[in-house]
Order: sequence, then structure tokens, then C-alpha cells
Amino acid sequence: MKALKSLNDLLSANARQKTTKEAPGRHTKSLSQPKYMPVRFKDMALSFLFIIPSLIGVVLFFGAPFGVVIFYSLVNNPTRCEFVGLSNFSRVLHNSAFLMAARHTMVFSAIAVPLAVVLSLLLAIVLENKIPGRSAFRSMFLSPMMVPIASIVLIWQVLFHYNGLVNQVIGIVGIDKIDWLKSDQAHFVIIALFLWKNLGYNMILFMAALSSVPEDQLEVARLENANAWQTFWYVKFRYLSSTIVFVALMSLINSFKVFREIYLMTGDYPYDALYILQHYMNNKFRNLDYQDLSAAAILMSGVMVVLVAVLFAIEEHVGKDVENS
Amino acid sequence: MIRHRDSSTEYRECIVERAPQNRWMDIEGAKPPKVVREKKSYTKEEIRKEIALYRKFIRDHKRKKRIEVLEIAIGTIICGIFSVIFLLPIVLTVTNSFMSSSEISSNYGAIFATTSTGGKVFISKTVNLKFIPDIITLSQYYVALFKSPAYLFKFWNSVIYVVPIVVFQLAVSSLASYGFARYTGRVKGVIFFLYVIIMMMPYQVTLVPNYLVSEYLDILDTRWAIWLPGIFSPFAVYMLTKFMRRIPVSVLEAARIDGANEWSIFTDVAMPLCKGGIVSIAILIFIDYWNMVEQPIILLSDDYLHPLSVFLSKINSGEISLAFAVAVIYMVLPMLVFLYGEEYLIEGITYQGGVKG
Repeated sequence: MKALKSLNDLLSANARQKTTKEAPGRHTKSLSQPKYMPVRFKDMALSFLFIIPSLIGVVLFFGAPFGVVIFYSLVNNPTRCEFVGLSNFSRVLHNSAFLMAARHTMVFSAIAVPLAVVLSLLLAIVLENKIPGRSAFRSMFLSPMMVPIASIVLIWQVLFHYNGLVNQVIGIVGIDKIDWLKSDQAHFVIIALFLWKNLGYNMILFMAALSSVPEDQLEVARLENANAWQTFWYVKFRYLSSTIVFVALMSLINSFKVFREIYLMTGDYPYDALYILQHYMNNKFRNLDYQDLSAAAILMSGVMVVLVAVLFAIEEHVGKDVENS
Repeated sequence: MIRHRDSSTEYRECIVERAPQNRWMDIEGAKPPKVVREKKSYTKEEIRKEIALYRKFIRDHKRKKRIEVLEIAIGTIICGIFSVIFLLPIVLTVTNSFMSSSEISSNYGAIFATTSTGGKVFISKTVNLKFIPDIITLSQYYVALFKSPAYLFKFWNSVIYVVPIVVFQLAVSSLASYGFARYTGRVKGVIFFLYVIIMMMPYQVTLVPNYLVSEYLDILDTRWAIWLPGIFSPFAVYMLTKFMRRIPVSVLEAARIDGANEWSIFTDVAMPLCKGGIVSIAILIFIDYWNMVEQPIILLSDDYLHPLSVFLSKINSGEISLAFAVAVIYMVLPMLVFLYGEEYLIEGITYQGGVKG
């Protein structure tokens, strides 16, 4: 994602200079190069005033309580506040329910995220050709994103019921009926629902990236008699790499939100295969078990930070050759 | 092309019109290549070769055209299949909402009776999925809208949650994003980085702090528990900052030199320039909170306050006939928003990818 890249720029305090740089070689003291422009202290303070309402809210609702969460994860009891080190973490990590939930969540993400990336890229490439009714198709693919899950869950239950349409269709092929929502196949139902909802969104991201591939490079490829595969792999893919990482990141974030679908389809107590981290958290909320909640939240945020960092590292690595795009 | 100048059998002299043998012609808008006319004497063998060469060109060209047509056909078929899959659930929900209640319970009773402990009212064991109802009736809608106030009330709950969140989150975050985009410095960079990290955290993580604060402020089980974290969510700040950064500094500086103070630069210059971005972010926030499930079930223990998104899943089998109509009613508003703002939405998603920004 460019965000973090621009963020790094920000940290080195030259983002503005980079984004608005004029033709290189021109070293005039133009206004668009704030490096040479004295920023008055008053303006700086004023611009901080704009941030303050949001900052107060974020600190109050996300920042400060997260500190409390860290504190709770290290003590034995919110009222007695005895420091117990990492025992909360080890208890959570040895809890079989947590481990099962974590495993299911990971398996789901590991299957759903690559599928979401590949399928949406495929759709974007197909739509990039001169297909009749392109924009209509685009709207159709995007529409599931707008439909509330709660509205659609009913029909998914009908489709994937033991006597439902999906079983009838695979019955024609000669496969035995599967009780989709009450067996280990439940993963597939949720993955299908996840893909159904997210493909359009990812596709738009890929379409934007595809259209940003410079025309002259494609023309050179055509002159050099490159076939479609070569054009894709050696030219377009280089420009897509950062978007692929971004789409993977967004899919990962969205795959953590899949609890909505599972909850609406199966209620509080789903089949074991669908027991994910949010269910675990819900149980802990119900029992007001602050220690386990805090420890689990911190473990999860740690994993999330690591995953995001890995994705950014990949992006940094692959995005190098098209740095000046 | 080869023209015979004389009809003798020896083909002494021909005028050869030769187009360059590269692929310039394939590029749209390229100028047609100059045809070179040259006089040359050919033997019969050479002419045969030449003709074979040109035939091959023509064959290749035709083959390429065929492949192109085939590609488009296959692409259209793929798109068609996917669009059927994508639209099928929506269309089914809508058509089923026009069924009479007895038809629904005879078709789907088998499914929903298993989820309840109540009496068994269904007739058939198998599920009949029907695209077109036997009798088209609006009775479901009539009952949902006029006879059972619970659904309308929950719908109203959803509206009450979503509208203030969208409005105030935009207000707060447009201020903040202007602050972030203007005069960047080290401190702001760090704060913005923290915003991004908070934005990426899943609900499982952020709900714990939210719950603790709500408990501390004693707003648990009130609407404020949903409103306040929603209003201060960092998502819109991050997105709008991306839009604001796109405004050239020179524009803002010009406004300042003309005597505008920071506030009027914000309201009269920056905000109008970000209009498209604001609309698209409003749509994205709207979908997210219209869909919310995690927050209400954790922060609100009282069913009375739940939005329709949560309530719909708890529908019992006795009222299953209403479910489709309520689902459609719930779907209408986002679909209208989608139809109104599709272009904005696509623009917003594109910006989110950072391809343009």
C-alpha cells in the first residue's frame, strides 16, 4: 500500500515535497517546496487545532483504553491489580476454545484471502477487455457489497440447506448430499459468502490498477510481438504488485469481519467448524472475563501487526522496480 | 499485392506494393504505413513465394481476429456466469418477498422450523426454491409495514444509528484530515500512523477498549455506546486525508495570500475540492454501519435497542413469511444509495487502493 510508503515519507518530513515536486532539476524556491518555505509556528498550531476533536475521541475510545487493556492483560484481577506477568497470556494460549477459534480463523483467512485476490484479479482482467456491457457487469459485481448481509442470509440458508438448491445441483452430478452448515463443509459456505461479498470491491481496485499501467509500455510490448500472457506477466504484473498486496491486506481485514455472516447464519452457537475468534470473545464478554479478553485482544493485535508488516515488507520488495510509476 | 504488367508467362517485371511487415497496423490511431512501390523483375518461383507469404499474413490476421472474438465471447460468458451468481441471491430475495405467507411456509418451512422449538407448521419436507411465486401478492409487505411494528421500529433503530454516525464522523474527520494534510511534521506523522494501525485492527480487538470505555462512562446499553466509537472511528480520517493530500499546496497558499484565514481555506477551498471524496466515504461508512453486527450484540444487551441487521437473524419461524419482505425493505436503502453514488463509490475505492493517491 502506498499509504505506509507515504507514511514513511511523512516521518521523514518530506512528504509534501515529494507529492508536489515539479520537474526535477528546477531548484527555484517555489511555494510548492515547503522545505524552503518557513512554516510559521502559528499555522502549525492552528492545523493541530483541526485534529484535536478527532484526536480526543480516538484517544478516549481507542488509545487510552488500549493502554488499560494492556494493563489488564498483565494483572490478575481488575480490582486487586496484582502483577502476574504473562500468565494471562499463557492461560489463553492453552485454552482449547481459543486455540480452536484461532485455528479456524487462520484456516479461513488462509483459504479465503488468496482466493479473493486471484478471482478478483481474473474478473478485472476479463472486464478489461472490450466486453459488451462492461459497466453493467461492473455494477452487478459491485452490488453484493451494498446488500446488507442480514437481508441475504435467509436465501443463503435456503440455498445451502440439506434439501436446498446447492445439494440438488450437485445431486445431478452424482455427489451425495452434504449438510453444509452442520459439517466441516461449513467453511466452504462461509468462503463462498465472503467471496460473493468482497470480489466486486477487490475487482474495482484491480481495475483501477490495470488502467494505470502506462500505455506506452503496453505499446512497446505489442510492437515486440508479445503475447497476452507475456504482456500480463512482464508488464502489467509489475504495476499490479502493490495493488495485490493492498487487496490482500484489505481481504485479510475483511476476513476477520466474517463473523457477521457466521453469526447471522448460525446464531450464537454454530457448528464447531465455524467457531471463530469473535465467538470466543463474545463468550468472554458475556462472562466479563477481562483478563482473558485483554490477553486475547493483545495476542490478536500482535498477530495482525506482524501480518501487516509482512505484507508491507513484501510490497517493499516487489514494488521496487516500478518505484517511479 | 502483385500486379502483372504483361501477360507473358515469364513475369518479367512487376510493380510490387509492399507494406512494412511489422505490427504498426494493429495499433489504434497509428498512421497507415507508406506503401513502397518498386520495380523489380521476378521469377515465377519468387512470385509463388510472395503470394504464399501474403496468404500467410492474411491467414494470421484472420486467426488473430477470430481469437479476439473468441476471447471476448469467453470473457462475456465468464462475466455472465459470475453476474448470475452474484445477482441470484438478491433476485431470489426480492421475488420471494412477493409470495404469500402460506406459500413460503410450504416452501421453506422445513428449514426454519428446525431452528425453532415451536410447533411444526410446515407441510413439505423438501425445500422448493422458486423463482417466481405462484401468486404475486403484497401481503408480506402489508403485514411488515402496518401490522407488525417491531420491524419498523428496528428499521428506525438502524436509521437512528447510521445517520448521526455518518454525519458526525464526516464532520470530525474532515476537520482532522485537513489538519493532517496541512503542514506535515514528525508529530503528526506519528499520530497518523497510529490512526492507520487502529483502522486496521479487527473488531475483535477494538471492541474490548470500546467496551471498557463505555462501561467507564456508563453509556453501556445506550445508543451512545454505538454512536461515540462510530463517530470517532479513524477510517474516514485516513481516507479523507488521502483526498486532501491531492489538493495542490499552491491552491491553498494562493487562498492564504488572498487573505483567507485557515478556517475559510478549509470551508471554502479544501472542502469543495474534496466533495467527491466526501460522498464516496459517506457511502462506505453508511454500508459499514448499516451492516453492523458485532457492536450491538456486545455493547447493547437490550434487544430493544438492536438494529434490524441483528434482529433479522433472530426472526422466529412463526413470522418467517415476513422475513423476505423485511429483508427487501432493509435492502432498499443501501441499493438506492448505490444507484445514486456508484461512480463516487468506485472513485472512493480507487483512492483507497492508493493507485491514484
